[in-house]
Amino acid sequence: MVLNNIEKLLEKYENGETTLQEEAQLKDYFSQDTVAPHLEYYKAIFAYYVVNQQETFTKNVPLNTKKKINFKWLSVAAVAVLMVGIYFNLPKQDTITEADRLAYNQAKSYLSLVSQTLNKGKAQVNYLDAITKAGTQVDYLKQMESPIQRTIKK
Amino acid sequence: MTQSEFLKLVMPFKDKVFRLAKRLLVSREEAEDATQEVLLKLWRNKSQIENYKNVEAFSMTMTKNFCLDKLKSKQSQNLKIVHSNYQDHNVALQKQIELNDSLQWVAKIIEDLPEQQKMVVQLRDIEQYDFDEIAKMLDMNPTAVRVALSRARKIIREKLTNTHNYGIK
Repeated sequence: MVLNNIEKLLEKYENGETTLQEEAQLKDYFSQDTVAPHLEYYKAIFAYYVVNQQETFTKNVPLNTKKKINFKWLSVAAVAVLMVGIYFNLPKQDTITEADRLAYNQAKSYLSLVSQTLNKGKAQVNYLDAITKAGTQVDYLKQMESPIQRTIKK
Repeated sequence: MTQSEFLKLVMPFKDKVFRLAKRLLVSREEAEDATQEVLLKLWRNKSQIENYKNVEAFSMTMTKNFCLDKLKSKQSQNLKIVHSNYQDHNVALQKQIELNDSLQWVAKIIEDLPEQQKMVVQLRDIEQYDFDEIAKMLDMNPTAVRVALSRARKIIREKLTNTHNYGIK
């Protein structure tokens, strides 16, 4: 390659205007054994880049595929467990049998019978109300007390 | 996404992630840890991996951020990692020593560059990304990338000529 060309490329290179292809050209040139003596130091730079390009990452990365606990399904499971628990702890509902219903109706009829006879008895003693009525009728007798008290004050 | 699918996706750029991490963190062990961390993060979020437009660029950005965070925390701890990596070339001994010497000079010079220039040099001259990709990875605009790169290249050349001519001129 013409030296002139290389020097031009180097100038462009330092201004950061070279394309990747041109940089590859430079790298090629400076990887030769014989380089123009006044450009010798560029050899080190490009050699350094080439050497560094070959370095590799050798440590292996532990990619563990541990499954995460899915909290969405966990909550569903929790609700299910809760509902089952509530179901088994509920107080047992009494089931009403036919005999129970019969007994209830019988008791009801007896009780109504008792209340009917009681009401009848009560009606028979209703005339006693007349006594309280008579009591109110003689209330005017209290007025007799007031003239007596008046004369005592005087 | 299965393990093998993930590996197939990650394989092509895991070395690039590693090299960027190493450029920033210097030490090989630190860089390995960082790479592992980045890859594990990707793996943990594998359900979202389809949503990323460019997984490679995304992981490079992740690496950059991770390493810069690491460096920040390290500065606060005042911990310094000194490391030298030895390379083997099949060249004649004299030449090998010479080359090794200059290569280490280059490494040292790059190490002294500011973080941003370091990353740009790494991504452009070593990984050979184009400017738009680098701009996306580093959250810069392409012109800024170009300027940073130009500056870094000039500094490297100047410092290297200085060391070469040391004591002569």
